[in-house]
Amino acid sequence: MKRIHLLGGVAIAVSALVGQAAWAEKDKSIESIEEYRQALKDGNPAELFQASGEELWKTPAGPKNASLERCDLGLGAGVVKGAYAQLPRYFKDTNKVQDMESRVLTCMETLQGIDTKEYVQAPFDTPKKNDLNALATYISGESSGVPIKVSLAHPKERQMYNLGKRLFYYEGGPHDFACATCHSQEGVRIRLQELPYLPSAKGAGSAWSTWPAYRVSAGQMWSMQWRLADCFRQQRFPEPIYTSEATIALSMFIAATGNGAVMDTPGIKR
Amino acid sequence: MKQTFVFSLVALTLVVAATPGHSADNSWGSGADDKTFDAMLQSGFKDRGIATVDRLKQDSTQKFCSDPVSAASPKMEKMRKKIEAENLASVKWPSDGKWLGDWKEGEKVAQSGKGLTWSDKADQVNGGNCYNCHQISPKEIAFGTIGPSLYNYGKIRGNSEEVLRTTWAKIFNAKSSNACSNMPRGGHMGIITEKQIQDVMALLLDPQSPVNQ
Repeated sequence: MKRIHLLGGVAIAVSALVGQAAWAEKDKSIESIEEYRQALKDGNPAELFQASGEELWKTPAGPKNASLERCDLGLGAGVVKGAYAQLPRYFKDTNKVQDMESRVLTCMETLQGIDTKEYVQAPFDTPKKNDLNALATYISGESSGVPIKVSLAHPKERQMYNLGKRLFYYEGGPHDFACATCHSQEGVRIRLQELPYLPSAKGAGSAWSTWPAYRVSAGQMWSMQWRLADCFRQQRFPEPIYTSEATIALSMFIAATGNGAVMDTPGIKR
Repeated sequence: MKQTFVFSLVALTLVVAATPGHSADNSWGSGADDKTFDAMLQSGFKDRGIATVDRLKQDSTQKFCSDPVSAASPKMEKMRKKIEAENLASVKWPSDGKWLGDWKEGEKVAQSGKGLTWSDKADQVNGGNCYNCHQISPKEIAFGTIGPSLYNYGKIRGNSEEVLRTTWAKIFNAKSSNACSNMPRGGHMGIITEKQIQDVMALLLDPQSPVNQ
């Protein structure tokens, strides 16, 4: 309750501040939004998703009645700590570059014997996707404080990076939008929302290190796959298929560009 | 039809001419791993509502602008001019000869960012998305900064025939004067109607509009 009051106070302060002198206050308004974010951080509801994700990870399920604890997220079977900071990466067993969410699906199939088709097709904010989002939140939290270290050593990793870069700049749809339309200038906003300059280490690092994130305005926990899907929605593109190569390639481009930034996951956003 | 064909030939010649001396990074753009990229697009997206996969098919402008470093290079000057001319040729001028509508309605169009996403309906009124990127009326402080400020647009420029034509062309088809502008082609792509353009024109150019107060 106290937290909510505090938020209200900050929000009023933000609007009062911004209202004073319009565009001359540009920098100040961004500063105030930053303060608002800091206030939100004191009690990130993402913690609830982390807890339920951990429970899902450790509870036996599926036809094989097994937990996901033996899942290999890239640092060996059963290692969750630090794994998210090194994803996406190439996996020998699937012969594919996978992001965290596609890797979790692989583990659900191999360890638990679950047919993941329904999980892929389920809309966001339905029970099946909520489970995947909780798992993503838990796994990302286990990399908090760890620097992003995504490898481009394997040819398939380099290939995915290049494909992701090309998709980043790919214009289409009725509005001629590419990711780059909004995310390839330093220090610009849509309305009052600042946009990360994603081809830079700083911009990609700040973006990649803060998702999955709890969206306060929506009251939802968003994984990176959800984040990307909603970007494409606003881009007026058709819907990206959950964990498709296109989404993993784009993730590879952003993650590898952000190498070195320290994970601050799960994040919290407006 | 003939014009398009000639244009394609010129485009082809330009691309071929530019390729050998192309010192830029060619590890990722058009020409690099095309088959894999196309397959990735094909398998990566699905129709949802009005946002169907045919939106991934690019026209010549979108294709050219999808490698911004190459598109902005001095070598591509002629190609940029060609694309601008092609887009300018598509501009439909006001059918009733009226440049300016109602600035109050224009403000509504500028405010709305709705339309054409997979969560929108085909028959709804689309917005112009203007405030997402531009400062316009001083009363709206939640404006984006991807595009330049349009505050005092008419006050600075006046409303001569040339200003009216240039502004109309920019809103109808932003690529008519800047091949790879970030701005959508509002009229050309059917995002907004002729009447909406007239109303946005009034928002920018009517002396009574708060933009020019």
